[in-house]
Amino acid sequence: MLDIVRSSASSSPAPGVRVQPTVTKLVDTSTCIGCKACEVACQEWNDLPPEPTVQSGTYQTLPATTANFWNLIKFAEHEDEGSALQWLMRKDQCMHCAEPGCLVACPAPGAIVQYSNGIVDFQQDQCIGCGYCITGCPFDVPKFNSGTQRVYKCTLCVDRVSVGLQPACVKACPTSCLQFGVKEDMLDIANARVAQLKANGFMNAAVYDPQGVGGTSVVTVLIHGDRPELYGLPRDPHIPAAVRLWKGPLKWLGNAAMVGGLAAAVVHFVRFGRKQHDDDTEDGPGTEHARRAGASAPADTDGADTAGGTGS
Amino acid sequence: MTAPRRIVRYDFRERMVHTCAALSYVYLLLTGLAFWTPWLFWIAIALGGGYLSRLLHPWAGLVFAAAVSAMYVQWRRDMRTTAEDRAWRAAMAHYVRNEDDKVPPAGRFNYGQKMLFWVMVLGAVALLLSGLVMWFVASVPEGLSALGSAATLVHAVSALVTIGGFIVHIYMGVAVVPGGLSAIVHGEVSEEWARRHHGAWRVRVGSGKVEVEK
Repeated sequence: MLDIVRSSASSSPAPGVRVQPTVTKLVDTSTCIGCKACEVACQEWNDLPPEPTVQSGTYQTLPATTANFWNLIKFAEHEDEGSALQWLMRKDQCMHCAEPGCLVACPAPGAIVQYSNGIVDFQQDQCIGCGYCITGCPFDVPKFNSGTQRVYKCTLCVDRVSVGLQPACVKACPTSCLQFGVKEDMLDIANARVAQLKANGFMNAAVYDPQGVGGTSVVTVLIHGDRPELYGLPRDPHIPAAVRLWKGPLKWLGNAAMVGGLAAAVVHFVRFGRKQHDDDTEDGPGTEHARRAGASAPADTDGADTAGGTGS
Repeated sequence: MTAPRRIVRYDFRERMVHTCAALSYVYLLLTGLAFWTPWLFWIAIALGGGYLSRLLHPWAGLVFAAAVSAMYVQWRRDMRTTAEDRAWRAAMAHYVRNEDDKVPPAGRFNYGQKMLFWVMVLGAVALLLSGLVMWFVASVPEGLSALGSAATLVHAVSALVTIGGFIVHIYMGVAVVPGGLSAIVHGEVSEEWARRHHGAWRVRVGSGKVEVEK
């Protein structure tokens, strides 16, 4: 059983109190053989409808993940000056950020939750289909299903993990390129692998665990750790500045301005009240204004009388 | 005392356009506020649920954009700033304090109404453009993802600006200026009302109902 520690658009704190270790999926791209067993396992476990594949001249199944395809191995062909062609494979899926931009941006209460073990999950029954999460995600992960008008993504197999199983993709991986466990353990394995890669001449190998989003529950060992762009990963991902501004200072400024505007109207009404009544008579202090209005009237168009010139 | 004559301040077409803009704006405001803060999400629930509110909000936005476009066509000439407006603006502090006898006569629309008009027209343009991006954000190419977050920010800022104008507009029309609400709903005002609130508004006075001179 997993507690919810963060819930989108909630006016109350999330109820979770049970402390659990953060779980993490480790992707070691240096041992990925591009077999796509993880893609199949994901489709099968999650009972996702088949997605027509797209031939784009590579081994990649689809150009990008979709609402029905949450786990895609991306194949990039890379050639450095004077070295052989390299085939860079990377697992494109939800990164399960510690600071999830999707959850921050979401306006529907409880539609995006973060469990106590770090998994970020969409609750489609609470989702209103606005797409704000798409805007908030620095990895372009949430995908809109135009049929159901909801967004979908990798759940990190929360249904399996919550009963002590590993994610379906990890279970299927034949090279142990995918591993799953407590985050500290996964980082230890990742760092040991990076040291091994460096000893073998891959001097730029590094672990991709971007701190701009508080770290992620999917960490990736990259041979070209100095150039994550080669794999289609952002170098220093953050929740977009516009989203942070909108959900941070602007929100409080806007709330203060709206409440202030209403309060100002109330104060003005109590202090100054209504303008004089429209009673069609010439009593009260309106007469001076009416006279002046009438006096200015003859400058108007030929043949037209004016409101100011009549009625007295 | 002669029988009070009525002046047509807003003809049927003008009132219908204003009504469409008003009703669509109120729906957009309520659902938009529900998406703005979880504190007000209950509004969306009261209006049929978050999903329905999200589904109808963009369509109401198209109605509002169409109504504001029609409003722009029918009132843009009336809304130009004139020398009268500059004099009125200089005395605006008196107007705010209800010292109307110290305020120069306004034309068909006073300077404040003209400013509201332009805030709403420009706000509607910004809301429409940013809203279209947000509506189809799933179709924005990955390389242009900054467009989506920028649109969200523009939508929020321009909505807030129009809300400022809206608060003043409703407060003035309903609470401060007697007969203001009735004028936009029924279209007619008395000569006395026209003289008091729009003393420099040139109207053609004949027998019975009188028409606005455009």
